[in-house]
Amino acid sequence: MASLKALVTKPWIWSFVGALLVWLVTIAFTGGYGAGGMVTAALSLAVFTVIVGVGQMFVITLGPGNVDLSLPANIGLASAVAMKVMGGSDSMIVVGLLAALACGAAIGAINYLLIWALRIPPIIATLSASFIIQSVDISFGRGLQIKPPPGFADFTNWQIFGVPVLAMLTVLFTIGAAIALRRMIYGRSVLAIGQNIRAAWLAGVNVGRVRFLTYTLSGALGGIDGALLAGYFRGANVDIGNEYLLASIAVVVIGGTSVAGGKANVPGVWGAALFLVLLLTMLNTFGVSAGVRLLLTGLIIVGVITAAGGEKAVR
Amino acid sequence: MTAAPIDTGFKGSAARNAAARARLLRGLLPALSLALVLLAIAWLNPRAISYFGFNLMLNLAIPIALATIAQMFVIAGNELDLSIGTFVGFVGCVTATWLKEAPLIGVLILLGSIGVYALLGALIHLRNLPSIVVTLGMSFVWQGLAILVLPKPGGKAPDWLLAIMSLKPPFVPFPIIAALLIGLVVHFGLMRTSYGTILRGSGGNPAALRRAGWSLLWTKVALFSLTGLFGVLSGMALIGITTSADANIGNGYTLLSIAGVILGGGEFVGGRVSPIGAVIGALTLALAASPLLTFMHIPPDWQVAANGAILIIVLAARVLISRKER
Amino acid sequence: MAGADIRLNGAEKHFGAANVEIVRLDGAEKHFGAVRALGGVDFHVGPGECVGLVGHNGAGKSTLMHMVAGTLTPDSGTIGVHGAVEDNYSVSRAQQLGIRCVFQELSLCPNLSVAENTRINHAALTGLGWRRRAANLIAAKLDEIFPDHGISAADIVGDLSIGRRQMVEVARAFTVTRDRLDLVILDEPTSSLDAHTSGQLLAFVRRFVAGGGSCILISHVLGEVLRNADRIVVMRDGKVVASDAAAAFDRDRLVAVMGGAEAHRKSAVQAAAKAGASPLRVRARPAGQMDGKDLVACAGEIIGLAGLAGHGQTDLLLQVFAGAARAKAGIEVTAPVALVAGDRQSDGIFPQWSISENIGIRSLSRLRNGLLISPRREAELADFWQKKIGIRTPDMNNNIFSLSGGNQQKALFARALGSDAGIVLMDDPMRGVDIGTKLEVYDLVREEASRGRTFLWYTTETEELDNCDHIYVFKNGRIVANLTRDELTEEKIIQSSFGDAA
Repeated sequence: MASLKALVTKPWIWSFVGALLVWLVTIAFTGGYGAGGMVTAALSLAVFTVIVGVGQMFVITLGPGNVDLSLPANIGLASAVAMKVMGGSDSMIVVGLLAALACGAAIGAINYLLIWALRIPPIIATLSASFIIQSVDISFGRGLQIKPPPGFADFTNWQIFGVPVLAMLTVLFTIGAAIALRRMIYGRSVLAIGQNIRAAWLAGVNVGRVRFLTYTLSGALGGIDGALLAGYFRGANVDIGNEYLLASIAVVVIGGTSVAGGKANVPGVWGAALFLVLLLTMLNTFGVSAGVRLLLTGLIIVGVITAAGGEKAVR
Repeated sequence: MTAAPIDTGFKGSAARNAAARARLLRGLLPALSLALVLLAIAWLNPRAISYFGFNLMLNLAIPIALATIAQMFVIAGNELDLSIGTFVGFVGCVTATWLKEAPLIGVLILLGSIGVYALLGALIHLRNLPSIVVTLGMSFVWQGLAILVLPKPGGKAPDWLLAIMSLKPPFVPFPIIAALLIGLVVHFGLMRTSYGTILRGSGGNPAALRRAGWSLLWTKVALFSLTGLFGVLSGMALIGITTSADANIGNGYTLLSIAGVILGGGEFVGGRVSPIGAVIGALTLALAASPLLTFMHIPPDWQVAANGAILIIVLAARVLISRKER
Repeated sequence: MAGADIRLNGAEKHFGAANVEIVRLDGAEKHFGAVRALGGVDFHVGPGECVGLVGHNGAGKSTLMHMVAGTLTPDSGTIGVHGAVEDNYSVSRAQQLGIRCVFQELSLCPNLSVAENTRINHAALTGLGWRRRAANLIAAKLDEIFPDHGISAADIVGDLSIGRRQMVEVARAFTVTRDRLDLVILDEPTSSLDAHTSGQLLAFVRRFVAGGGSCILISHVLGEVLRNADRIVVMRDGKVVASDAAAAFDRDRLVAVMGGAEAHRKSAVQAAAKAGASPLRVRARPAGQMDGKDLVACAGEIIGLAGLAGHGQTDLLLQVFAGAARAKAGIEVTAPVALVAGDRQSDGIFPQWSISENIGIRSLSRLRNGLLISPRREAELADFWQKKIGIRTPDMNNNIFSLSGGNQQKALFARALGSDAGIVLMDDPMRGVDIGTKLEVYDLVREEASRGRTFLWYTTETEELDNCDHIYVFKNGRIVANLTRDELTEEKIIQSSFGDAA
């Protein structure tokens, strides 16, 4: 009973409750048909949001104004780079993944360079960078019709007893991220900077290095995500990352991370990603039009955040 | 200025004058960047610097300026509106359909949408919600509504609106007059009136305002309503120029408006904004976005990149100048 | 109602109870969660009276004042103003009734000008010409209170030094437009002012009271209260424990009634003439120093940084702090550095964290077990310092804000002293801290210094310099005097602070 009470007070529990509710409503609508398949599909799709969501979470936790708007462009470019390096050959899969990772990490590093050297607010810096990356991608990826190597495509779609392997790996990754956040100097430093950057500096936190690492991490995760997306959807394209701008921010915040910084939540990212994916599935199952689907998605996001409420201001 | 016989603080009048000078220079920077872009255009294509040229180049400046002002009001209250772009699109769709066919209903819808903004402000204050997320959700809502109002691109702007937007006053092109007017009116309202002071104070130190007996709920509602109002004006102006609408027509305005406010010398927190700066920032972006690039013969693939580069260059120049000042 | 049950006490016999009281609280109680901030307090202020309010941090003074000002409502009990009970008391109601408050945390908007900040407190300042009227109003009041203030009504508040901001804040509280002005609450009004401006303010308060106005003066500088209040109210643990004419108190009695720490005050320990004998820890030259004077600190020394508030002492501390991380010209630092912030909210506290997390942040690399931070070691560190420095809390895992201000400051001391730092920088950390905490911390600082730690201690309170081995006096960003403890007198410091730069 006490543990249940403790669970209810955890902010991330609500995103899982929401996901469960949406799933129940949908299977009630279909009369139980496709209940398992829906979970599998949701897990496979949520993975991509979770990966970038975790990166975005660390960035947002750095404090007000910190957000990575270059993720969609980053994902688009990295997907093209990965496909080009792999060149359809199974032997190049690892190299291609590393190339995507490096491409993303470089973008993240450049983002921080702009923020630090030009003292531009991160929103504007990552936005400007994303414009440039987008052009590079358009130019580089023009007419690029390379399919992923069959082995890679199979890997990204591989399931064991209906559980996508990619989802299992991502769970391991998020556990690692949660440990890094709570128990490693890096995570503590991110949380400290997010609460009060000046106090963090005066308490001996290496503010510059931590911020650099965080933007680079977000970029690298975007790069990996791009490669995996290209494998899952069997091909790269410029628009492949578009939906992940709003999605990455939405899962972070619905998952209980504070946009004011200094308070992050890893499990919530999973719950919120599942919730969003299942929500879309539900609306598609209901067969509503595009306009209504958007309208309801928006209203539900606003509704969820209103119900969850903001944290009370400290004294 | 009272002359101090003994300077009782290290941060004395000299240091304060330096701070004031730095602020003045920062205030002039937006104008400087605009001049820079204009110079580049004049150098590349002297013929563009003419009545007709400006009319053409600044074609879209009015809606961008209005959207930037809209964004500026929420930023003045330490919030951010990520839905302004789709809201402008929604207003555009209503303008091209209901406002033309059934003006009364059209007006009611638009007033209602301003009311929605006011409610959002209240909701964000009462539930202590992050505006980024709420407006992110609202961006879906407005987009969905826009598609429902106008499923396929089309519609037509009301004739009176077309007439206003194609005004050809003597000597000075209409977009310039309009931009000046917008900047001055908002500057007066927000920077010079006693209630504008309260609104800016709510961004500077909300706790102080509450202790002085003001309602933070009402300041937030006022700021969001003003955002809604200027968003409506922006959408209408946009349709007055493009003559027909499309549900995605305003999508780019969210990021453009934020960039405009920052380019104009505004800051994300602390109630430090400048209406005139915001309008100038919007003009700079409007000029840099397409006319300049066309004159520079930039291939379409790289136009987006050039936009980003210009944004970076202008902001970098700003940092360089304020560094030299120090 | 309130008039019906006036209970006479010493003060009223003294000053007569013929007039109606400005404000009266009966049985005021307030709880924050499980914490009882006020437990049934009776409090009143008469017309033309300056009431001094003293007590340790967390004694409930601020909570009580928030109730008088209308920013907090009591859980039970009544508030009466001008003899009538107020049922819906609020900030705006308090203002109508002529009650103002200068809060400890400044209530100015940094993005607005001095005149615009005045507008915020006056609903009547509106319509045509309001900017001019506001500017005249505040300028006149500033001239009246601080004749040589050097502040223009058009200055943006964010550009002003903290001392000047406090001057604006105080002057603003005394401006009058439409509403009457009967009572001004001053909560630590001199905490950021130097001796000169503090004197101007207190002289004005006496003139204001002599003219029939009332004041509540809260200050940790007991001398200020003893000299300026007509009646002194002492609070302890959310209750009023004494209320008497100021003449009935002296410093020792006040400290005794406030309780907690004993009124003892050790004479400063003997200076072991160790300078020169121990290794050099810091050699630093302020950025504006042209004559080659350096600040020098050796291991085991306590070095005081004195002078008027805001004359470059903090800048030098930050220079040393930055110099420890990265080599800088003119700065030599030979050991790890930790800083104890004076402005807790903006420089010290991590509001989301527990007390132990707030202590551990400076020592994370030593708390590791392999790659991960060990919760056990973190708890050990926190428990050790809880005992050693006396942080009063049932559980070190509680949020840092569950502590009173003085105990929060102790946690910041624990953060610095618990670290590997050989040099501890103190940025006027005793600002607004109660005397009990101060005495405990002084002892600790001397103890740590005797073990070889070096302290650079900026303080605005001259008494604290008695603890230092060596004192540098600052003026306009430069060192103007260099005194040993034996040479130290208040006159000498004031002389160097105001005199021409040598």
